[in-house]
Amino acid sequence: MTRVPLLSVENLTVQFRGDRGWVTAIEDVSFEIGAGENLGIVGESGSGKSVSALSILRLHGRANTRYASGAIRFGGRDLLSMSERELRKVRGGDIAMIFQDPMSSLNPVLTVAEQIIEPLQLHQGLSAAAARRRAIELLEMVRIADAGRRIDEYPHRLSGGMRQRVMIAIAIACQPKLLIADEPTTALDVTIQGQILELLRDLQREIGMSVVLITHDLGVIAEFAQRVLVMYAGRVIEQAPVAALFDRPMHPYTDGLIDAVPKLEGDLHRLTTIPGNIPDLATVIPGCRFNPRCREAKDACRRDPPALLPVGPDHLSRCPPRAAAGGAV
Amino acid sequence: MLRIVVIRLIQAIPVLLLIAVMAFILMHLIPGDPAVVIAGADAGPAAVERIRHELGLDRPILEQLLNWLVNLGTGDFGRSLVLNQTVLSAVGERLPVTMSLAMLSLAITLPIGVFLGILAAYFRGSWIDAAVMTLALVGVSVPAFWIGILSVILFSVTLGWFPSAGYAPLLADGPGAWLSSLIQPAFILSLFQIGFLARMTRSGMLDVLDQDFIRTARAKGVSEWRTVGRHAFRNALVGVVTVAGIILSLLIGGSVVIEQVFALPGIGRLVVQAILARDYPLIQGTMLLFGFAFVVINICVDLIYLWVDPRVRYD
Ligand SMILES: Nc1ncnc2c1ncn2[C@@H]1O[C@H](COP(=O)(O)OP(=O)(O)OP(=O)(O)O)[C@@H](O)[C@H]1O
Ligand SMILES: [Mg+2]
Repeated sequence: MTRVPLLSVENLTVQFRGDRGWVTAIEDVSFEIGAGENLGIVGESGSGKSVSALSILRLHGRANTRYASGAIRFGGRDLLSMSERELRKVRGGDIAMIFQDPMSSLNPVLTVAEQIIEPLQLHQGLSAAAARRRAIELLEMVRIADAGRRIDEYPHRLSGGMRQRVMIAIAIACQPKLLIADEPTTALDVTIQGQILELLRDLQREIGMSVVLITHDLGVIAEFAQRVLVMYAGRVIEQAPVAALFDRPMHPYTDGLIDAVPKLEGDLHRLTTIPGNIPDLATVIPGCRFNPRCREAKDACRRDPPALLPVGPDHLSRCPPRAAAGGAV
Repeated sequence: MLRIVVIRLIQAIPVLLLIAVMAFILMHLIPGDPAVVIAGADAGPAAVERIRHELGLDRPILEQLLNWLVNLGTGDFGRSLVLNQTVLSAVGERLPVTMSLAMLSLAITLPIGVFLGILAAYFRGSWIDAAVMTLALVGVSVPAFWIGILSVILFSVTLGWFPSAGYAPLLADGPGAWLSSLIQPAFILSLFQIGFLARMTRSGMLDVLDQDFIRTARAKGVSEWRTVGRHAFRNALVGVVTVAGIILSLLIGGSVVIEQVFALPGIGRLVVQAILARDYPLIQGTMLLFGFAFVVINICVDLIYLWVDPRVRYD
């Protein structure tokens, strides 16, 4: 496909300083997002989804993080080699982010108004009065009733769903081109989850932004995203348009994830999970990182690290097409 | 707000009463007799006995205590046994000195301690952190009188920058003389508290800097200075206010030693003189005053909480 990507992450490797030296959290991660496109990132807990997302805006603690290799291209520039000063203009401006836990993501001692107004003044240079008017509009956009009064509340007076709406209002304040949403609904009630996702979808259409949505809920991905990135143990192991991924998953790990989705008509007792656990960052696994848990592992899988190769139109996988297993889902 | 102040003051009454009784009992437990001090070394037993009678010291202890408490109730703190003054006027004369000293010390301690604490927290684990924490440790482990004497030798005797002793009242001598008479003792008092405050600020800031909302602030494009100074410090402020209250109490307590070294006519010096002379009413009066000061400081701290932490404000 020939499209000019809005953001492209190229061969990104990120390392953290641990007790025993540097450990690699994500390795050789590459993906692209087109303008107006929604990209889903899935994977079990600890697979490196948040590390990847936070790396885009270099939000990891500066002292203990190393962006060991790769580039993150956005608007013709590399976010990884940008100065802090330039990067701050991108943060909350062209690229915004919302997080998993709305309870702890808002500052408890600042009012909603103070927290929304901040990016408006920083990036758009609005006066205090104009920023406040705009902040009320934003709260209305994220469907908070009685926005004119709510704006002067402190976060502890708001419910979890409302706080996430406030976070979204802050994120879209400067009409970003890209919104990174790291499990925005995981901490919320099921009914609220649906509302938040619907809100994100509507806002996305209104603003025309792209969204990176991180989740371990494949059901959400199926509804929300056009393309999906599947991560395992710090690596991208499969990437495909959403329909292709569900119809023809190429990697046994993806198979396992899809099987683990509870189906409404299905019997809950037959729900499968992938046996075993995701390896620790420091563990060295020769060959395919997934091989110890893979039903279909062969000798070659235990020996050679697999490359991410095309297996179909716009479809990449670290596991080559399987003659017998294809379409087994 | 006013309601809270009134409630807290009423709650403080039993505490103050307890302090008064304790002060009385403690004073009468330590050996020594004010009548002997007043009569002088050459006086015979008859003269001492006469003075005891005049001062009412020959009455039963319980009666003396009750008398004192009843008088307190009417606002009468009694007369000093050795100074030709009421307790209230003796204390009132010296209070401005001690208050000036404590406030000036606090004004020095707060910005420096907070700044060093924030710096150490932000650069945790680096040489800056290590330097601040070492400084803090040295600050609390060196005795005040020793630093005081060294400081006088250097700044007063050798360099002649500040007077070595005495107090220049603000109204009579003007702010310049007032400040120069206090800056040395105030700074020495601060030295100890700066280290304490820096440590407490650092640990409060370390907790806050790890929180999710700090990441949110950075994700909005907020500068590092603003993230630390506004988003993080506003949250650590509750702890800092508590520590500032403790520090003010400690500064008032610390005035006892430093006023001796610099011959400042404050409450601290008054207390020492009163104890040496076994001047019961004066000692009891000043102890009550200290107790009252701590109560007031605590009420102030609680009021500042209301202003600093919105979660307290609503509960
Ligand atoms: N700042 C850090 N320092 C050290 N290790 C880290 C850091 N952040 C993440 N990790 C480690 O990197 C690995 C991947 O973590 P990450 O948070 O990206 O997982 P995730 O896919 O987002 O999982 P979840 O679904 O639980 O959010 C984990 O083993 C985690 O412990
Ligand atoms: Mg995560």
